[in-house]
Formats: sequence, C-alpha cells, structure tokens
Amino acid sequence: MKSSNNKKHLLTGNEAAAEAAILAGCRHYYGYPITPQNELINHMSIRMPQVGGTFLQAESEIAAIYMAYGGAAAGARVMTSSSGPGISLMQEGISYLAGSELPCVIVNVQRGGPGLGDISPSQADYFQAVKGGGHGDYHNIVLAPASAQEIADLVYDAFDLADRYRNPVMILGDAQLGQMMEPVEFRKTPRTHQTVKRWALTGAEGRARNIVKSFYPVKGELETFNIRLQRKYRAVEQEEVRYEEVNTQGAEIILVAYGTCARICKEAIRRASGTGLQIGLLRPITLWPFPKEPLRRLAKKARAFCVVEMSAGQMVEDVRLAVLDRCPVHFYGRMGGGVPSSREILKKVLNILAPEGTLELEIPEIPTELGKGLYFSTIP
Amino acid sequence: MQALYSAPETLIRTPSHYCPGCGHGIAHRLLAEIIDELGIRGKTIGLAPVGCSVLAYNYLDIDMCEAAHGRPPAIATGIKRVHPDNIVFTYQGDGDLAAIGMAEIVHAASRAENITVIFINNAIYGMTNGQLAPTTLLNQRTTTTPEGRDPLTHGYPIRICELLATLEGASFLARTSLSSPKDVSQTKEALKKGFKTQIEKKGFSLIEVLSPCPVYWRMSPVESLKFIEEKMTQTFPLGVFKDWEKTVSAPGGQATKV
Ligand SMILES: Cc1ncc(C[n+]2csc(CCOP(=O)(O)OP(=O)(O)O)c2C)c(N)n1
Ligand code: SF4
Ligand SMILES: [Mg+2]
Repeated sequence: MKSSNNKKHLLTGNEAAAEAAILAGCRHYYGYPITPQNELINHMSIRMPQVGGTFLQAESEIAAIYMAYGGAAAGARVMTSSSGPGISLMQEGISYLAGSELPCVIVNVQRGGPGLGDISPSQADYFQAVKGGGHGDYHNIVLAPASAQEIADLVYDAFDLADRYRNPVMILGDAQLGQMMEPVEFRKTPRTHQTVKRWALTGAEGRARNIVKSFYPVKGELETFNIRLQRKYRAVEQEEVRYEEVNTQGAEIILVAYGTCARICKEAIRRASGTGLQIGLLRPITLWPFPKEPLRRLAKKARAFCVVEMSAGQMVEDVRLAVLDRCPVHFYGRMGGGVPSSREILKKVLNILAPEGTLELEIPEIPTELGKGLYFSTIP
Repeated sequence: MQALYSAPETLIRTPSHYCPGCGHGIAHRLLAEIIDELGIRGKTIGLAPVGCSVLAYNYLDIDMCEAAHGRPPAIATGIKRVHPDNIVFTYQGDGDLAAIGMAEIVHAASRAENITVIFINNAIYGMTNGQLAPTTLLNQRTTTTPEGRDPLTHGYPIRICELLATLEGASFLARTSLSSPKDVSQTKEALKKGFKTQIEKKGFSLIEVLSPCPVYWRMSPVESLKFIEEKMTQTFPLGVFKDWEKTVSAPGGQATKV
C-alpha cells in the first residue's frame, strides 16, 4: 500500500503498527517470523524497500533485538516485533537497551503461554512487559492499544516517548488486535518530536567520541547511574500516565481492563445500560506508568473494582497496590487463549454485587454492531 | 629532530588493565595504528562485547559500543545499516564469537555484512577465570576441564575460519598469530586487509588472531608464545582462507600460507 494520510484504510492491527512506524520516521526494522505478528513483518518487508529503509529478517529474535539495538545506538528510529516465545528471547537485549538508554519500539502481539502455548489472544505477558522482564532495575514504557486505530496512534507516540526518554517502549497488543481488520486513519503530522541525538554513534569526526554502554565497573558508579535511571522513571510516571474512563460517574462497580478485554468490558457496559446496573470502566492506556491516581480517586466512591484480563491475574496486582484496602478488588480472567465474553463479565459483576445470587438480570441480546469493531457472538 | 616512531593517535595513553603478556594490548595497538594509517578515526565505530576486552573503549579514541555476550555481529549490522559509509568493526573473544555468538557470526558472514571482525582466539574464557572455550585444544586444562579437554565429553575445537570459508558471503578470512614480531606484523597486514575489504565495500571480513593468555594457560608469557607456535597452530593453521582479491577460496578449509 502507498502511504497517504487523511484517508481510511482497512488494515489489520499488525499492518497498522508497521505503517504507522514508517510514517513516524522509522526506517530500520528487524524481525523474525512468529504468529500472530506475521502481518507486521510481512508488511515491513514490502514497505521498507519502497521508502528506502532497511528490512531484515534476522536469524533469531535475539539477533533481531540486537540489530535494533545497533540501529538505535547509531541514532535511527528502529522497531522490532514478536510474540510470546520471541519476546522472551529478546529480554536480555531489552535490559541492555534500558541500561544503555537507547530508544527502541518493540511490539508484542501477545499469544497464549506458557511455553509454546498457542496463537490465540492472551494478556499473560503483562508481568514480563511491565515489571521488567529482563535483569536489573528498569522499566519499559508500556502502551496498550485497544483497536487498530489506537495501535497506529500509539506507535507514533511510542517513537516520541522512546526518543524523549531514551528508553525502550513496548506496544502490548494481542492476537485479536493484531489480526483483526479495522478502519484506520493515520494522523497527519506524526513526526513532531524527532530529537537531536548527540549521544549517537556516527563516528567521532570533529567531536569528542561517544560511547554507548551499560557497564559501570568502578565502585559506586553503577548505583549513581541507577539513581539517575530511577529519577527518569519518576519523571515518566509524573508526565506520561494515560487512561480512559467510561461511565465512571456514579458507578457502583468499576471494571479495570486494557486492550481487547477493555473493549469487551465496554460491550458489557452497553448491554447493562437501562438495567439499572451502574458499571464503569477504567482502561489503562499506559500499563507502565500505571494509572494509580485515577484508581485511588475512584476507590473513594465505588463499591468494588473488577479487573478483567486474559490471564490468571497479573494487572490485578497493580490495581490492588494502587487502591490498597480502600476498596475490594475482584478479578475475572480467562487463560490460555480464552477470551471472556461480555455475558461472563456481567455475571461476574452480579456475583460481586450480590454473592448470594439475589440479584437477577435479564441481559438483553447485543445489538449487532459488527461494523464498529469487535463483536463476540460466543455467548455461553 | 624528526620523530621516527610514536604512539598512534587513536591509542589513548592510560594504564592497561590487561595481565602481563596478554595479547589483547598488542591487538589494540595494531588496531590503533591501522585506524591512524588509513585515516579513518573520525568515521570508525568499534564494538567490544563482554570478555577481557570489554573495556576496549578505554584505549581506543573512537566512537564505541559495548555489546552483550556474543551479539556484536548483530549490533554491528544494525549500526552499519544506518551508517553504511562508516567503518564498523567488532572485537570478539572465542567464547563470545564461537560459543554463545555462533549464530550471529555465521549469519553476518552469510549476509556478506560489510563489517570487519577481529576474532581473538586465546583458547580460553579469560574474563570468567579460565574456563573451557570452543577453541580450547584437546587435552588442554581449563578450570572446567581440570583433567584436560576430552572430546568424548566436551567435543572438539571449532575452527572458525575453515567453517566460515564455506560461505559465499565471507570475502576475507585469515588466521594469524601474535607469537613473534614477524607474526605481529603479519597480523597487522591481515587486519589492514580486513579494513580495506570493508572500505572498498567487498563484504564480510574476519581475522582470527591466536593470542596468548598466560594467566589461564598457567604459563609464563614467553612459554605462552611458544605454546601458540608449537601447539595452537597445529590445531589452528595460520593462513588466508578467503581473499576476494586473489580469489583464494578454500571451502575445504585448506589455508594458503601468507
Ligand atoms: C549472557 C552472558 N553469559 C555469560 C556472561 C559471562 N561472561 C563474560 S565474558 C565471558 C567469556 C569471555 O571469553 P572470551 O569471549 O573468550 O573473551 P576473553 O575474556 O577470553 O578475551 C563470559 C562467559 C555474560 N556476561 N553474559
Ligand atoms: S585473563 Fe588472559 S585474556 Fe584476560 S587479560 Fe589476563 S591474560 Fe589477557
Ligand atoms: Mg577467550
């Protein structure tokens, strides 16, 4: 496809990520095939040569992340992408990126695990993405889109954030978001925040040499460096928290979900409208930094939270840490490729509000809104 | 008075952290001399991974990048694709290149990646206190082969030049040694040829340098030079294995004497 802004394209989330990266000025992509992110690497293989960029299929995800590391060290906007097993292989490199303060955008199109798992949607890589994943005290900035459009928007932002903070940024999607086709409109002027990279390796002609490293063998130096890193992370926490609130005013129960699960939660809210049930949603858009403050604020009013994830319960720990014992936090999760339905979520909500089963709800059938995007018809 | 000999500009004057008799210091100096002679200091980017030479950037006054264990060829690829007109080299040990980084070096060579690789073969893991390397000789004692390398347990030494010579993408492959003044000057010639290969955009070049590690070979510096000449070169014959200029190509691994 020819890149043209201001026009709607029907794209998979994976293709939207690739195209947005190109529009954001990324000219170096390294990857290794793995389902469910293949549309991304395939799209890059077609588009990069068209725009004079580099597409290289690496010999492994280990090589891919280090090729990206090299491109980043050389001062370019670089991207790599993978899923589950491949992202696990990249963890050492991601730690090195953080330790060397190199900007890089990494897309994880999550699939079911552990091990080889399967290729269906999952959110079980939350801990890996948000808590570090590799060794040492570091954070990725983690963005969680919930549609192909938002993937495109957040990929632009990911490059800006990576450059501004000299830090790896991970886009945490899943098989559903990556492979589903949706209309996408690319924002007009994405390349707003390209920074001058004086630290980059370009050859030392006419200036003092640059060294890219994460090694601090002299006693005390590494701790000083870590303190500086942590200061940077505090600044990110101050400046970059993003979230969406739906229907939270006066809500009795607040769902907390990101990505695909957040969309299903929105559907649950739509289905409950008119029934008298007051359900709200807080959708973190940045998983790190995590929207702690908004949760604390909502905890003062709501009766309970219910975290919905395609995992055994990972983000729920951060919700609990944010609200502590101010408000009960419940969880509903599906694992191993299971995707929760809006009906399951509503049942869970009823169960929370009236555990004895005294509350019955006639759940109306969902109006068919296929054109609007995600529609789960598998109602048990 | 005319200066006939001086330290290369690219070499930073600072106390060395290498052990007495170590080969790394000699190799660094040769590199610095070549960078000066070719006039490429301002556009050279070097990569040093973990290993005894992880601090190579303390000695070479050029842009440098640290690398994770085994990954220099991948990182160098990323740098070179951004700056195709810069000169990019990696400086790797045998553990780095021939064990954990085997996939990266083979694939960089197969892609004819236009980079220069300096491969310091000291048949040992120096930095981590002298363990078995893929290039450790049969019967050689290391901290993890206290009875000597037994091929039934630990396999046979890997000959990198011979292995890479089977790849069309490799343009210049040579093995030299640091065991005598003559060998040192041949090493310099080979390194220079490696850089020339890159400057002329002829593709992948690798120079394997047999280098002493007296400390973990448990020898005196002089004995370790003898060990290279008498023992190491038996397993790792010196020579040119591939040369784009002379179309020396030895897929069977037969070296042509330099
Ligand atoms: C992933 C990883 N594994 C292990 C190490 C520890 N380590 C550092 S250097 C090294 C081996 C170095 O040997 P070599 O590459 O031959 O270099 P030399 O010190 O002999 O010059 C090892 C195993 C590491 N830093 N990273
Ligand atoms: S341990 Fe061996 S390779 Fe390392 S500095 Fe000492 S002599 Fe050199
Ligand atoms: Mg070694």
